[in-house]
Amino acid sequence: MADIIKTATRDAYGKALVELGKTNDKVIVFDADLAAATKTGMFKKEFPERFVDCGIAEANMIGVAAGMATAGYTVFASSFAMFAAGRAFEQVRNTIGYPHLNVKIGATHAGISVGEDGASHQCCEDIALMRTIPGMTIINPADDIETRLAVLAAAEMDGPVYMRFGRLAVPRVFDESYKFRIGKGAYLKEGKDVTIIATGLLVERALQAAESLKADGIDAAVINMATIKPIDRDIIIDAAKKTGAIVTAEEHNIIGGLGAAVAEVICETVPVPVLRVGVEDTFGKSGPALELLEIFGLNSANICQKAKEAIALKK
Amino acid sequence: MDASLKKQLELDAVRIRKGVIEGTYNAKSGHPGGSLSIAEILAYLYRVEMNIDPENPKKEDRDRFVLSKGHAAPALYAALANRGFFPVEDLKTLRKSDSYLQGHPNMNYVPGVDMSTGSLGQGISAAAGMALASKFKNDLFRVYAVLGDGEIQEGQVWEAAMFAASRKLDNLCIVVDNNNLQIDGTLEEVNSPYPIPEKFAAFGWNVIEIDGNSLDEVADAFAKAKECKGKPTAIIAKTVKGKGVSYMENQVSWHGAAPKEEQYKIAMDELNKAEAELEGK
Repeated sequence: MADIIKTATRDAYGKALVELGKTNDKVIVFDADLAAATKTGMFKKEFPERFVDCGIAEANMIGVAAGMATAGYTVFASSFAMFAAGRAFEQVRNTIGYPHLNVKIGATHAGISVGEDGASHQCCEDIALMRTIPGMTIINPADDIETRLAVLAAAEMDGPVYMRFGRLAVPRVFDESYKFRIGKGAYLKEGKDVTIIATGLLVERALQAAESLKADGIDAAVINMATIKPIDRDIIIDAAKKTGAIVTAEEHNIIGGLGAAVAEVICETVPVPVLRVGVEDTFGKSGPALELLEIFGLNSANICQKAKEAIALKK
Repeated sequence: MDASLKKQLELDAVRIRKGVIEGTYNAKSGHPGGSLSIAEILAYLYRVEMNIDPENPKKEDRDRFVLSKGHAAPALYAALANRGFFPVEDLKTLRKSDSYLQGHPNMNYVPGVDMSTGSLGQGISAAAGMALASKFKNDLFRVYAVLGDGEIQEGQVWEAAMFAASRKLDNLCIVVDNNNLQIDGTLEEVNSPYPIPEKFAAFGWNVIEIDGNSLDEVADAFAKAKECKGKPTAIIAKTVKGKGVSYMENQVSWHGAAPKEEQYKIAMDELNKAEAELEGK
């Protein structure tokens, strides 16, 4: 068996910015004193003249990015998810979202896999916050391959994008032939009993779960939902019709994230059971990332359990 | 400045004030007080100071204006209409559900509006971003912003002030409309930001103090701002809230209330009289 490649999506983000910087001289990268951690430092090293460190002042960074965007630049503004989406929420809403400016927010250190820094830095609310801003595109890539493609696609489109990256090195899910499209979910595995719709680092765990469920005679489909907004309604409806039961999986509060987005579509179209795997409306805590993912049930065992419960709820 | 230009600017200021009254009266809401206080500043910016073209409001090298105190939108709209960006008649549609003239400025709806604002403290950051963009384009344009004196209680203003000075954005010039009144009372009664000039100076800005309702002092301040290299400029402009309408002057109650019919007539009579005198009628 080949070695599993593990990369943090924040690393892939930094590399993708450098790649983008080589071909697109309108790309400007902003950070708020976290360039080493968000990996925008890679861009800074390569293109120091197009890198702007705004210091520990995220609200201002978002506004400056907006102003820069009005003059025709494609601005990537980075910080931790907690500060980009949380602290600067209203700046993102009013100064980027409302005028629909071409700013890409590269938010790293999302979710509890931040690890030892603990709850103050473990943002499990960002998808919920960003989803409520009209016209905001939200992408939560699963691995390094998808991250690269998402960053390139975000730069191509006009308008605000919130990209969510992790600190933890995660196994590669896709190969080089993978095609990414904003707003499109994709079946990674077909199945007939239940569909697991996952995003971010839960995608790989959903695939593990589908494999485990086979032993119990359960044929689970797996969908990668990298774009949370606009949500791919068609693939959700298709999954509901084909399997009649859905489990969502995300490294985010079960309130307001992927699970909520999927449930909203399902309730309005093909009502079938939807069970959510996520952080269950609680704050995180310190600890090694992999341990925390187990403690908070963000693992294949919990996805399997929820899949069985969802199947049992079928009429 | 020569007499004919001064008369033109005085006329512009009166017409901006008339637009503020027309707009807020017809809307039955809005913020006349802090709109009237900045009429001379906007008159000078849009007649003399800024490189703009009402026929081509998006031209790349235009100077930018950000109304960080977005609630003074009636004054901005009147200044733009007065310069031909859109019909003066449209000012009467302010805040109506079928109008493009939103209660606070929207850059995607209104020709000549360079930034959507309204949430205090955010416009100055966007203005700094524009100034930074201009630096990337070899100082292609200058950027102006007007802030409220109450607005500078927002912490983000000082984040932006630190940033603009740190980046040496000498193409950025802000005006603090120091009319000394905010919704809940005088600045001192609420949460004093004084002394304002010293604060901006401490943040590394070029600071100019003027009477913001004096066209000569406004003209002089913008000229000095342009000459200053290596620092952004903050013009601290002492103004009279409600300026130009007798019963609104220095009355905090006119911060966010529209004139009723009788009050509208009195205000328009005063402003029409001032306009007629300037026109030599």
